[in-house]
Amino acid sequence: MATYQLNVNRQPKQVNVDPSTPLLWVLREELKMTGTKYGCGISACGACTVHLDGIATRSCIVPISLVGDRAIVTIEGVGSDPIGRAVQDAWVNKDVVQCGYCQSGQIMSAVALLKSTAHPTDANIEESMGGNLCRCATYVRIREAIKSASQQIK
Amino acid sequence: MQRYPTGPVAILLWCAFATLVLVAGALGHGHATASRADGLAAWDQVYSVLTSPRCINCHTATNYPQQGDDRHRHFANVVRGPGGLGVAGLNCRSCHQEKNADSTGVPGGHNWHLAPLSMRWQDTNDQPLSSAEVCRAVTDRARNNGLDGRAILKHHQEEPLVLWAWNPGRRIDGSARTLPPLTHEQFVAATRTWVEAGTPCPVAK
Repeated sequence: MATYQLNVNRQPKQVNVDPSTPLLWVLREELKMTGTKYGCGISACGACTVHLDGIATRSCIVPISLVGDRAIVTIEGVGSDPIGRAVQDAWVNKDVVQCGYCQSGQIMSAVALLKSTAHPTDANIEESMGGNLCRCATYVRIREAIKSASQQIK
Repeated sequence: MQRYPTGPVAILLWCAFATLVLVAGALGHGHATASRADGLAAWDQVYSVLTSPRCINCHTATNYPQQGDDRHRHFANVVRGPGGLGVAGLNCRSCHQEKNADSTGVPGGHNWHLAPLSMRWQDTNDQPLSSAEVCRAVTDRARNNGLDGRAILKHHQEEPLVLWAWNPGRRIDGSARTLPPLTHEQFVAATRTWVEAGTPCPVAK
């Protein structure tokens, strides 16, 4: 076991866990932040996506020992960012969600995309969101919501 | 007042200077101190490493990296993206950290990225290029980021992602990833011989 000082959604957090513990399980089990979901556990589905220093990151395969002092932003905190807020609003307005399980990861990847490319093309969306799976197949509405959010970004 | 050394001291200084000039010339400009045959034999060894999966999987000619000893297409729809770093929602660093994550089976190293297309060592059917073609790519300063022989040797000695090939970590099942066919020391020694021979390339068949 080891103690780690984390910066989660701009809040200092301290956890005492095994160094090999994936960030996902630190968030869910230690910090009780269950908005980030466990999907596949091998970074193949994107449900566990969070931001580490702004990089969309698969938290299920990053051991806590490799997080360091990077800022962690989760679905619980991304709405405090203007682009994050715009994406969440678009998700609601376009009624994107069906079962909802993958959607926190979808939103985190969409925010990363829009922070990089404010007005993405269809190809940009397909490439950037290509690692986020949705078994309800909400892909068409996800694309609409991303384009809608991009219109709100100045 | 004596301004310059004379006698044995001058001879020693002159010999040291001449040696430096010869070595620098050989490394920097391919002035051969090893024979062409030695150089070509050494290149064969270098080529065996460059075309091993730990190296060539990220020297593709396509829009995606490869993974595994069978060099299959990288899973999760990963694409090359600008600068070989992936794209915003699916960046190389989305999974690959600064170090190997052996507990989750994800390899990692500093500045994880795909080699530029100018340094592709495969064709678009994912087959390795010939020894002559890879040699031309590696030695063409218009394609290799301007590296001369000395810089190629340094790259092979020190570049973190090159060194990673000999410390590739463990797969998700806990087994060790396959290493290149030479040790890093053998690889550097072969590169040095090849550089000292003037970086000769095989003739294309």
